Amino acid sequence: MAERTVTIASTHGLHARPASIFTQAAAKAGVPVQLTKGEKTVNAASILGVISLGIDHNDDVVLSVEGDDANAVLDELAALLSTDHDAA
Amino acid sequence: MTFTGVGIGRGMAMGTVLQMPAPLPEPQDAPSALSVDAEKERAAVALAATAAGIRARGERAGGSAKDVLEAQAFMAEDPTLSDDVKARLETGKTAERAVFEAFASFRDLLVSMGGYMGERATDLDDVSQRVVAQLQGVEAPGVPDPDHQFVLVARDLAPADTALLNLDKVLGLITSDGGPTSHTAILAREKSIVAVVGVAGALDIPNGTTVIVDASTGAVTVDPDEDARFKAKIAIQERASLAKAPAGPGRLADDTAIPLLANLGSSGGAAEAVELGAEGVGLFRTEFLFLDSAQAPTVAEQQSQYSALFAAFPGKKVVVRALDAGADKPLSFLNDAPEENPALGLRGLRALRANEQILRDQLTAIRNAEAENTADVWVMAPMVSTLEETRYFTSIAREVGLKTAGVMIEVPSSALLADRILVDADFASIGTNDLTQYTLAADRLLGSVASFQDPWHPAVLRLVGEVGKAGAALGKPVGICGEAAADPLLAVVLVGLGATSLSMSPAALADVRAELRLYTIEQAQHFAELALKANSAMEARAAVSASASS
Repeated sequence: MAERTVTIASTHGLHARPASIFTQAAAKAGVPVQLTKGEKTVNAASILGVISLGIDHNDDVVLSVEGDDANAVLDELAALLSTDHDAA
Repeated sequence: MTFTGVGIGRGMAMGTVLQMPAPLPEPQDAPSALSVDAEKERAAVALAATAAGIRARGERAGGSAKDVLEAQAFMAEDPTLSDDVKARLETGKTAERAVFEAFASFRDLLVSMGGYMGERATDLDDVSQRVVAQLQGVEAPGVPDPDHQFVLVARDLAPADTALLNLDKVLGLITSDGGPTSHTAILAREKSIVAVVGVAGALDIPNGTTVIVDASTGAVTVDPDEDARFKAKIAIQERASLAKAPAGPGRLADDTAIPLLANLGSSGGAAEAVELGAEGVGLFRTEFLFLDSAQAPTVAEQQSQYSALFAAFPGKKVVVRALDAGADKPLSFLNDAPEENPALGLRGLRALRANEQILRDQLTAIRNAEAENTADVWVMAPMVSTLEETRYFTSIAREVGLKTAGVMIEVPSSALLADRILVDADFASIGTNDLTQYTLAADRLLGSVASFQDPWHPAVLRLVGEVGKAGAALGKPVGICGEAAADPLLAVVLVGLGATSLSMSPAALADVRAELRLYTIEQAQHFAELALKANSAMEARAAVSASASS
């Protein structure tokens, strides 16, 4: 299993639109992806799970991916989290 | 039998009633008679079917409703939710109860997060109800969408309901709750839907019953006789032909000219506005050029858009409002800083001033487009609160070469000092929605304080009167370009307070034009006096209505 810590770039945190972009990408990854903030871990493909973490701007979160392509998936998802989707 | 409520507008409709299905009762927490696996199967099938049904509705609805529904479909398919439902089923609950509890726990979580996420809670409730209805094999609650036209009856409509309303099918609206400032009333006014709100007993009218909805009297006639049906049919036809008839200019009974103008949000609506008899444009919102873009559009890009609009109004007045960003429509390149109170923050002219090049580019583009056309182009600044801001804007506009520069009056401070502001500004245009919000100190986007958002409030009307007096003394035009101008009787009051032109969504023009023709300027001034003397918005509305119908 591969892990990476990412700092959230979106100005208003991982809510609504940024959360939906991220969870859809996680669902397409084809391998189980988990997202952890503090003590709590959720399925990264679940919009309700991700929203329930209450992730704000500048929060550090941990992505964990299982499977062979773990690093490629990590690269893609980490890039999404470190993009400011509220700036567009 | 006849019920009475408060009519919105002047229209009439006849059709068969369709009640909005009531919310489902909470599923009972009784042990399931089926096996855990059988309940899991039922839940999985219902969740998938509901997601598919919501997605299909989204495809049919299109537009912004599609996005809302797509998000709801994702909620029904959510893996965390599905895990939560399965865990609850392991304890022997029914699928109905497990689904209900799982959605409710996420709903509570969202509510506790507040703000934007809190507002999504109603979406979760809606999806939850649909899944439970699917499981029970009953009709899903929410706005019905049959294949025929109908009169919708509901307790009240939520914004999420109205987004899904198929306006081609809805002949009229009746609500048992809600007043003249409810969300339903605002929607009805904006879209020109025949509506009567606050009708006690409306929820007891059976589906399929024929009703006549008369907004001008607030009467709902249930199961009318042949004679009443015939009269209603004639009245509806007459109104329809009146609306299509070539519309003359806006005039009072004594022939005082009150130009009726259109509020437009893009050049696309221009042809329809002309068809409905708009004598020009009283408010051209320019935000559409800037939204969804990371930076301001170039002068040339803007110029072609302005020119397209001006070309639709040869020789007519077109008032362009400079970019009004902030509060409900933030633009990241203008103001990126999070604010505690965005309505009181760096918005309107304040935000433009902090980015003066954007303002100069916009005014230059307007000036260039004016040169290509014959329209009489006026420009105005949004959310001006001081005399000094007025001078700032008008001096730049004149420097660029625009000949008519004015300000929007949306803040009480500029209404109170209108006698000085109008010395410098060429005209004033009153934005009644924001003026009401700032006068009553009630956020107009917040449902919990929506009852304060009533432009009939005497405090708001007094401020409008200040601007009217200043305009008359200095010989400067005073326009109205808010929701208030679209309310026919209130439009007459505003004229009595000194408004010299009225601008509104084009759908409202016909009713306001007809209402103005009924009264002289003296009568309008008398209505204004009655409204100013009232102690509340409700009293003002009642006093003027009583005088108008006597």
